[in-house]
Amino acid sequence: MKTASEPLKQNEDNILEVSHLKKYFPIKGGVFSNVVGQVKAVDDVSFSIKRGTTMGLVGESGCGKSTAGRTLLRLIDKTDGNVLFNGTDIYALSKKEMRTLRPKMQIIFQDPYSSLSPRLPIGEIIGEAVREHKLVPKDELDDYITKIMASCGLQTYHKDRYPHEFSGGQRQRICIARALALNPEFIVCDEPVSALDVSIQAQIINLLKDLQEEYGLTYLFISHDLSVVEHISDTVGVMYLGNIVEIGATEDIFANPLHPYTKALFSAIPMPDPDAKPNRIILEGSIPSPANPPAGCKFHTRCKDCMEICKTQEPIAKDMGNGHVVKCHLYN
Amino acid sequence: MNFLKKERTKDANYISAKESRAISKENKKITDEIEKKRKRKHIPEEEYVTKMKNPDNVVEFDNVHTYFFTDIGTVKSVDGVSFEVPQGKTVGIVGESGCGKSVTSLSLMQLVQRPQGQTVEGEIRFNMGDHAVNVVNAPMDMMQKLRGNQMSMIFQEPMTSLNPVFRIGMQVDEVIALHNPQMSKEEVKKRTIEMLQMVGIANSEGVYKMYPHELSGGMRQRICIAMGLACSPKLIIADEPTTALDVTIQAQILDLLRGLKNKINSSIMLITHDLGVIAEMADYVVVMYAGRVVEKGTVQEIFKSPKHPYTVGLMASKPVVGKDIDRLYSIPGKVPNPVNMPDYCYFRDRCEMCVEACKGKYPEQTVLSPTHVVNCYRYSESSGSNGNDKKEMKEVQ
Ligand SMILES: Nc1ncnc2c1ncn2[C@@H]1O[C@H](COP(=O)(O)OP(=O)(O)O)[C@@H](O)[C@H]1O
Ligand code: SF4
Ligand code: SF4
Ligand SMILES: [Mg+2]
Repeated sequence: MKTASEPLKQNEDNILEVSHLKKYFPIKGGVFSNVVGQVKAVDDVSFSIKRGTTMGLVGESGCGKSTAGRTLLRLIDKTDGNVLFNGTDIYALSKKEMRTLRPKMQIIFQDPYSSLSPRLPIGEIIGEAVREHKLVPKDELDDYITKIMASCGLQTYHKDRYPHEFSGGQRQRICIARALALNPEFIVCDEPVSALDVSIQAQIINLLKDLQEEYGLTYLFISHDLSVVEHISDTVGVMYLGNIVEIGATEDIFANPLHPYTKALFSAIPMPDPDAKPNRIILEGSIPSPANPPAGCKFHTRCKDCMEICKTQEPIAKDMGNGHVVKCHLYN
Repeated sequence: MNFLKKERTKDANYISAKESRAISKENKKITDEIEKKRKRKHIPEEEYVTKMKNPDNVVEFDNVHTYFFTDIGTVKSVDGVSFEVPQGKTVGIVGESGCGKSVTSLSLMQLVQRPQGQTVEGEIRFNMGDHAVNVVNAPMDMMQKLRGNQMSMIFQEPMTSLNPVFRIGMQVDEVIALHNPQMSKEEVKKRTIEMLQMVGIANSEGVYKMYPHELSGGMRQRICIAMGLACSPKLIIADEPTTALDVTIQAQILDLLRGLKNKINSSIMLITHDLGVIAEMADYVVVMYAGRVVEKGTVQEIFKSPKHPYTVGLMASKPVVGKDIDRLYSIPGKVPNPVNMPDYCYFRDRCEMCVEACKGKYPEQTVLSPTHVVNCYRYSESSGSNGNDKKEMKEVQ
């Protein structure tokens, strides 16, 4: 295990290495708005992503997926831990250096409408940051935007139109084009298809896959839709209350889930087959508050395999082979 | 000619102010007339009392047309929809957003936004035992009774059907008192607590005193289900009841709905875009596209041998856990503009399985089995492409 004093070195194959990342949000209360507690949204998360691959991040709403995505992009400040991007400790960079690096690390969101300025035409939305970062010569900008739009399935005449004239799927294409125009290496996709209809979802998923191939992109794909994650990801991390409880190759995770939470989560997926007999592990109760997570294993309040040790001691992450890592006392 | 039509479709949202005023005036004339008819003091029984086609059905939708008269034109949200809900069965309605699923169920409840939204044609027969009521023409006070006592609706976002400033107990009490005017205050409270327990709320006495915001989404949905079931309705209409919830919570709620349905022996009309939820819950499936039913059948028929290219495409678009495919099938294009629907098959501009006959007018219904029907030229006798359809569809996927 890495300690803070060791020099940070990165495996060449990895584009991103996240170690012991924590993000706590203060809870303010009382008349003087004192800090009365902390929401441990991301609580000691470590993983790495190989260049050109997609890592899926799954878990129920509120488990910290989006916060993890934002913290590792340094869109919000970390509480603790490290993020290496291409060997660079991004939290050691000055504001100016971070600004130079920013185009390489992009994000697209679930709601493509609220992230598009309603008053700018599409061409401007896509080209704005390109111009600001001087990524292409001025006289080539227009052609460049046309080309990027075409790769995202948008027409040239869309350039002069405004966001409200587009459907949800088209708007997501615009967001993808805006990110792609900056020539990124890594994109965090935060529930990019969750708000879209099934047939439109397929179009966007296919687009993301095509762009990955063409531009050698790396994705962190955040979603609560497990079938979409299985389809698009090479590796998958399962989060529960700010922890990654299981991580590994997609085939391993789906064919052989080990953590009791992963098993319960997967058993809940409704299958589009009337003959499928769901063998459900129904989880009792709801997710505890991340402001006051249970001691020991955070899942112990809902785990049917809970043992005495689980109530007091936090399990450590154990590699079960092929990088399939699980955090549960059953395997310690 | 064709070109002209396309242009108009594209710019349907940009009609001139003058045109818009003219449409608006025309609309007012139409809706005023309907409203006047509806608001008559005494509506004669023969206008709404009728008979079920099949007494084993709870509801029969029969060629229902519900339109919205907007300033940019008439939106035919529900345009000739027919299907039935048999007693004790669950009917799933699938389709993409805007295809008219919600407006169909709102038409049954007579909760379509008026005056611009109106059911202008067709019957919706609701089974009252010895007779049926056509809710389209039923007087308003009668609808009010029907809504609370015979059918109830569960929505996607439970927060919108709960009042944030009142305690849970009070809100459930109110519904129960409404249906049981003879009950005393204590009896009402006792019944509320029972209802909360029935929908799986462990700490029901505690929850009784809580406000909606103190509960999670799954808990709030349970409360709404409790309120919806307070009257033991014959029909539960659930519009995307689990769409806003996580899968583990969704599993709990579906389990609950199934159990309760059997307990009070009611029928469910389940609206969702999630094919997995439909496969798990439904006995019959209705597939809607652009305001019309394009295919319906038993859950086995729809999932094991889907026929309409839209149904087939929809199923191929969604990845399935455990099934490895390299590339998802994606239906090209998008839904046509609702103000300006074409006079041919609404799916034709996106269909990759067209046959010669598709150039004709909107396809009639083809009966494939007593329960399975489809509106598509590939299956109508005249086009004769019946034998090899399955093979070709596989190729597209
Ligand atoms: N109050 C309204 N005014 C105008 N149009 C409406 C109104 N409510 C629904 N519509 C239109 O009716 C169509 C069908 O909507 P809806 O039934 O909500 O679809 P679904 O439930 O399948 O997503 C859509 O085109 C929608 O825009
Ligand atoms: S550590 Fe214990 S409580 Fe936690 S998941 Fe494993 S068995 Fe369950
Ligand atoms: S009628 Fe023709 S265009 Fe319409 S869905 Fe069938 S094959 Fe496709
Ligand atoms: Mg709807």
